[in-house]
Amino acid sequence: MSLNTDSNFFTPGKRYFRAFSPGDDFYEALIDMHRDLSDEQSAMVNARLILLLANHIGDISVLREAMQIAREGA
Amino acid sequence: MLSTYKYPKFEYRRPPELAEQRDGRYPVVIVGAGPVGVAAAIDLAIQGTPVVLLDNDDTVSIGSRGVCYAKRALEIMDRLGCAEEMVQKGVSWNVGRTFFREQEVFNFNLCPEPDHHRPGMINLQQYYLEEYLVRRGQSLPNIDLRWKNNVIAVTDHGDRVSLRVETPDGAYSLDTDWLIVADGARSPIRHMMGLDIEGKIFMDRFLIADVVMKADYPTERWFWFDPPFHPNQSVLLHRQADNVWRIDFQLGWNVDPEEEKKPEKVIPRIKAMLGDEREFELEWVSVYTFQCRRMHEFRHGRLLFTGDAAHQVSPFGARGANSGIQDTDNLVWKLKLVMDGKAPATLLDTYSEERVAAADENLMNSTRSTDFITPKSATSKTFRNAVLGLAKDYPFARALVNSGRLSVPSFLTESRLNTPDSEVFAGNMVPGAPMDDAPVETASGENWLLQVAGNRFQLLYCMSDAVDIDAATAAAFAALADAPVPVEVIVIAERGRAPGGLKTLIDSRGRIRERYDLKPGTTYLMRPDQHVAARWRAFDAARVRAALARATCNA
Repeated sequence: MSLNTDSNFFTPGKRYFRAFSPGDDFYEALIDMHRDLSDEQSAMVNARLILLLANHIGDISVLREAMQIAREGA
Repeated sequence: MLSTYKYPKFEYRRPPELAEQRDGRYPVVIVGAGPVGVAAAIDLAIQGTPVVLLDNDDTVSIGSRGVCYAKRALEIMDRLGCAEEMVQKGVSWNVGRTFFREQEVFNFNLCPEPDHHRPGMINLQQYYLEEYLVRRGQSLPNIDLRWKNNVIAVTDHGDRVSLRVETPDGAYSLDTDWLIVADGARSPIRHMMGLDIEGKIFMDRFLIADVVMKADYPTERWFWFDPPFHPNQSVLLHRQADNVWRIDFQLGWNVDPEEEKKPEKVIPRIKAMLGDEREFELEWVSVYTFQCRRMHEFRHGRLLFTGDAAHQVSPFGARGANSGIQDTDNLVWKLKLVMDGKAPATLLDTYSEERVAAADENLMNSTRSTDFITPKSATSKTFRNAVLGLAKDYPFARALVNSGRLSVPSFLTESRLNTPDSEVFAGNMVPGAPMDDAPVETASGENWLLQVAGNRFQLLYCMSDAVDIDAATAAAFAALADAPVPVEVIVIAERGRAPGGLKTLIDSRGRIRERYDLKPGTTYLMRPDQHVAARWRAFDAARVRAALARATCNA
């Protein structure tokens, strides 16, 4: 399996009528997660989130691909 | 500053209450002759209701203000008889481009499907829209448009509403059965009634400059994040009618709005943006902040709040005027049925329920856009810039770029007026959906589904050949047309004309079949505001009557 970079957000059982809505749902939740946190706290929360998601994905070749793309933009 | 537009001055006339020394009594009064109030007046008038429309001024909106009118608003204006002028004068567009620093990272097409009559959006200065609406209103015999009539007191007596109105000739009183409040964001009537509107103000300021220039930029919406000519902020460019261009600069909170409005501050900003010696002149400059808020309910007894008086959103999605026009579209058919004694007043509660849901959707989308455009924390800005950086190469990130989710109609899927599906359908035309347009062929030539639909309950009935209607079905259709709340049947067919003068539309390009998942026998009940009320795989008069009763609170 290779890294999926197409739009892939959804909520199980929820019907979306507008293409932008699932991505916006995710992005709002992401920004909400950081509400009222200091920059330092946010950095820790981001690190924890990456670790949880990485384990969920599991496939290290996919993770390496994502890491490479992420690093290119540093 | 230059002026491409001559403001009309509407004539004040001494109202009959003062001329004849008597108090007025009317079925419905509207306060506020902005786009929403005049649209409501026209809609009521063309349905045969006399309307009094009060406005404290005697001209149209000063400055271009709301410039983007969406496909759905145009479809409503079509039914009010104003869209053609708007589209002729306005600038039609479908494509928006988003730039991050110097690179384009994302573009969208508002109308990606073929075979729709109206474009995704037009840009037109608000004063033109208001002028067209007022002129249309003046052409209707039953609208009493009263300029320089300022409402100074309101009392809801339960069985009627009393108004005290000030004019250049003194004050007078009138009573009305129903009051439509369309008096704008500051809504003096909302204040007089002591009603709350809740939400938040965004800590940011934006500069609007309307610039007259000859430019060969394509007719598209261009949005910049952090451009070299205006670092760390956003900029929006839009073309309007008469070679007027709207430029919107984000300024941040800590600026002096009076200082920023001065031409000596504005002109260098625009020069830096245009990047050449192109000549331009300023037409209108304004610095604004905005609020995102709504009233808890839009109906208060006999007062019906609409448009900005009821809800306000950030401008990044053109969801202000467009949603106000949809408010009146939702309200007027319900009010008409209630006034005619054909539906209980509870039907007006569904105006509030449905438009509160729509307002929440508009608030959610415009707040999300605002949070993306003006991140509130360092972390939020890092994510925003990461999305913009990935967007050029990775489709998932393009979908996350949010420079405004532009106004589209709500799917009223939670409405109690809908009859839930009991059969399987593909596609998006679920109960509560706003109807999709499609080209049709009528007895008098080519037309569009949404030009034929609307203003009354209608039943779309699908057949292969329209001549094949049997006598029993024809009799059932005739009975529906004669009911207290009449339902007009429209036969949608591949060929043929239905007998007995039944309206027939030929689905010339198969788009209705495709968009509504039609099969022979498929039947849709449509509301007067072009939302789906119910649908079935076969026609059954009893089920249609039940769905109609449900859609009018008569169940």
